[in-house]
Amino acid sequence: MTSNTKIRLLIIVAVTLVCIYGLIRDPDTMGIPTSKQELVEHWRKNIRLGTDLKGGSNLVYQIEMQDAFKLEADTIIQRLRDELAKASIPFADITRNDPDFDHANSIQINIAGVPGTKAGDFRTIANDNFGSVWILTPVNETDYRMTMKASEALRVRSDTLSQTINTVEKKINGLGLAESSVQQRGESQILVTLPGVDDPARIKQILQTAAILELYEVQGGPFASREEAMQSKNGILPLSSQILGSGARAGTPNEFYILARTPVVTGRDLRDAKPTQNGQTGGWETNFVLTQDAAKRFEKFTGSHINDRLAIVLDKKVLSAPTIQAKISDNGVITNMGGHDAAADLALNLKAGSLPASLLNMEERSVGPSLGADSIRQGIVSGIAGVVAVVALMLIYYKRSGINATLALILNALILVAALSYFEAVLTLPGIAGIILTIGMAVDSNVLIFERIREELRAGKAVVAAVEAGFGKAFLTIIDTHVTTIVSCCFLFLFGTGPVKGFAVTLVIGLFANVFTAVFVSRTIFNWELGGQKRAVTLSI
Amino acid sequence: MELFKNTNFDFLGKKWPFIGLSLVLTAAGFISIGMKGMRYGIDFKGGAQMSLRFAQEPPVQQIRSALESKLPGEISVQQISGKPEVLIGTEIKDEKELNANRQLIDETLRGMFGGADGKFDLNNSSSTELADRLRGPLQQAGVPLSEQDLQDLCAAINGYRADHGGILRSADELSGVKGVTPKVIEVLKANVSFGPFTILSTEVVGPKIGDELRRQAVLATLYALGGMLVYIAFRFEWIYGVAAVVAVFHDTLITIGLFSLFNKPISLTVVAALLTLVGYSMNDTIVVFDRIRENLKMVRRESLENVINLSVNQTLSRTVLTSGLTLLTALALLLFGGDVLNGFSFALVAGIIVGTYSSVFVASPILVFWQNFRGTGKPAAAAPAPRETAGQRKAVRG
Repeated sequence: MTSNTKIRLLIIVAVTLVCIYGLIRDPDTMGIPTSKQELVEHWRKNIRLGTDLKGGSNLVYQIEMQDAFKLEADTIIQRLRDELAKASIPFADITRNDPDFDHANSIQINIAGVPGTKAGDFRTIANDNFGSVWILTPVNETDYRMTMKASEALRVRSDTLSQTINTVEKKINGLGLAESSVQQRGESQILVTLPGVDDPARIKQILQTAAILELYEVQGGPFASREEAMQSKNGILPLSSQILGSGARAGTPNEFYILARTPVVTGRDLRDAKPTQNGQTGGWETNFVLTQDAAKRFEKFTGSHINDRLAIVLDKKVLSAPTIQAKISDNGVITNMGGHDAAADLALNLKAGSLPASLLNMEERSVGPSLGADSIRQGIVSGIAGVVAVVALMLIYYKRSGINATLALILNALILVAALSYFEAVLTLPGIAGIILTIGMAVDSNVLIFERIREELRAGKAVVAAVEAGFGKAFLTIIDTHVTTIVSCCFLFLFGTGPVKGFAVTLVIGLFANVFTAVFVSRTIFNWELGGQKRAVTLSI
Repeated sequence: MELFKNTNFDFLGKKWPFIGLSLVLTAAGFISIGMKGMRYGIDFKGGAQMSLRFAQEPPVQQIRSALESKLPGEISVQQISGKPEVLIGTEIKDEKELNANRQLIDETLRGMFGGADGKFDLNNSSSTELADRLRGPLQQAGVPLSEQDLQDLCAAINGYRADHGGILRSADELSGVKGVTPKVIEVLKANVSFGPFTILSTEVVGPKIGDELRRQAVLATLYALGGMLVYIAFRFEWIYGVAAVVAVFHDTLITIGLFSLFNKPISLTVVAALLTLVGYSMNDTIVVFDRIRENLKMVRRESLENVINLSVNQTLSRTVLTSGLTLLTALALLLFGGDVLNGFSFALVAGIIVGTYSSVFVASPILVFWQNFRGTGKPAAAAPAPRETAGQRKAVRG
């Protein structure tokens, strides 16, 4: 054996060991298994199957960006009203338009009825306070329009996206779902992957609840209808008030309250929330604890409003309006939650915080565990059948050189699977398609080389020279086919979505492994076989 | 053993019948797509698809009428031949209907087959749901379990169910499962029912996302083809790139035409298969081109047509062998791969056959046509002889 062959063999052994380690190590502790049970366990952790293969759900949501834009405009409107009141500039009305998803950026605020004499003052206030992000344009002598700057719109979008992902992650982690993930998809979509969950009804419910909690001072009510509430104020609702209903729930009619416009405490002021069981009634409740800052405010407010009523409002619906009996500092409770799950889900939603925009379910794919098991079984059976047939034919057709090809093929598969494990890539059905093409091209590379060697032998070359020439000439072809496919994979990866991407990733890994095994490994085995002898006379091919 | 030895078939001399065949197949595909349209799976057109397995022969007609009375739009309920499995498909025209539509199917099925006593259907529950449901009753029955034990127990029960076709008939079947004691079985019997069906998979896709997926898949493929064209043009001549891409396009078109002809739906998995066949066909074409390039450098006096014929003959055994072997794998997948992979393996089988054929009868003739177009009767030296790459030139100089 020449020293060159020795080095090559060493490299191959090293690569093989690294690959085997990648499959048997514990991905968390990097430890090597000590028992058969641990080995199986590590193997399962290393081969990450997608939800389509092992069961689970994928949910795609569209973030309703227009919500975030409207919210942004509402905040500005509120501030503008305050500023104008402070400067005693009269106005008839301030409203905003109601853009849909596709036109979220065209949010605009319309200010009507500012007297011409105050125009200068108005402009100064609007530009000083909001000029950095909103553009003020006059419509006529008394009316104005404010539109959002493009840079600000971009900021709103990216903030909304990251906040949504963050909040959804908190909600899902709160449910204790192992291995679940939330990813950005496109510009305004998120993909929620839930392995092992084949009926995501509860999760969908949780994700689609906004869970905006607010506590308001009650200024009047309950009333049977909105009109009745208006009448109690002689038909004119003060600017600092609003009317909210309780929503018709089982057993209770829809009731209306007049509440202060600004909340005492909001969901952002919560430090913790958890489900508890009422000691007396046994009913489930959701307990919440306020942050220190909010607790001080709350204590001051409740201290000065004893015997007044306080409304607990969730998602713009009045849940209850208890009377304040004593000074409360930092915690509250929402009673009558119906059951453990409802109380726990609300606590979870409160803790995770509210979403900056609502979510629209665009897609759901759920695979039950039995179908996943079936697909894997059938995939393995057909895979083995295919590989056995290929190996058998190679051995018959190329005799001992067929062993070369088989070894190269096995090592190729090993490298591919190990690389997936190292990259923590998830194997899905399209990924398997990539593997099939890899194996096809691996077989092809071997066939190309062997046919070339045969040609050279037929042309009368000696064995060693024929092997050399065969590999040399096939090499260019192999590089061309592989690089072409890798180039196409890059485009598929850049421009494709989920499944197309999965295909591209496995294929690229497989192709790199293939160049190594077909060219380097197979060659080394030939060298080793021929044992460096310059005058080898026969080759089993 | 050798299949072909020094063959000398005149492939290009017989190109016309094959080109005719290609044109006929492509036209047939076009006509079928034009007349019948493409049958998109719900992945691309939006809709719900639910796959169910029953313990006995499923009451297909009954399910259909129950669903039709509750859901608008087109509803399909078909039994998978030879199996007690049913595929339900509904239309969804707007994202906002998505959840309601899915829920309605769910409720209708549960209403038809659910236990009358309002018990929890074990055959359609996830292990977390099961844990939530059993937590109280197990506590009351005095079975000592930590939360982890409970989760493990429920995971084991569901794992057993998954390995046994997804449908259990009674709690007694679970007696061998780890952690299931007689007492647990008692609790199960009191709290859980065993419905006659299980939901194997659910896919609900809104039409908007379907549109987007379709657009992106097509765009990504076109970009990928463009990328390959540029690379081949760089390594060979630009006409080689064009020829290879035309051949691959031809294969994809015929395969899609076959899908339309056989009324098979195009789903995301089929797209993955189409990508595979693009890769495969391209590989095949490049092998032939590579040989042409090599031969053109050696035999400068021959006509391009003869060189191509020689090259195809020289690579014939590898072509037949590789295609044969890959076809074998794809056939194994088609025969044993199950329904989920049916569309996938069908596309592969069709694609491998067409892809092999197109390298010889589509890609190669284009090279000849181009040469004839540029200058009829000129000697082969003027043929699009691929330029040497920079590396080779350097080697010559060195």
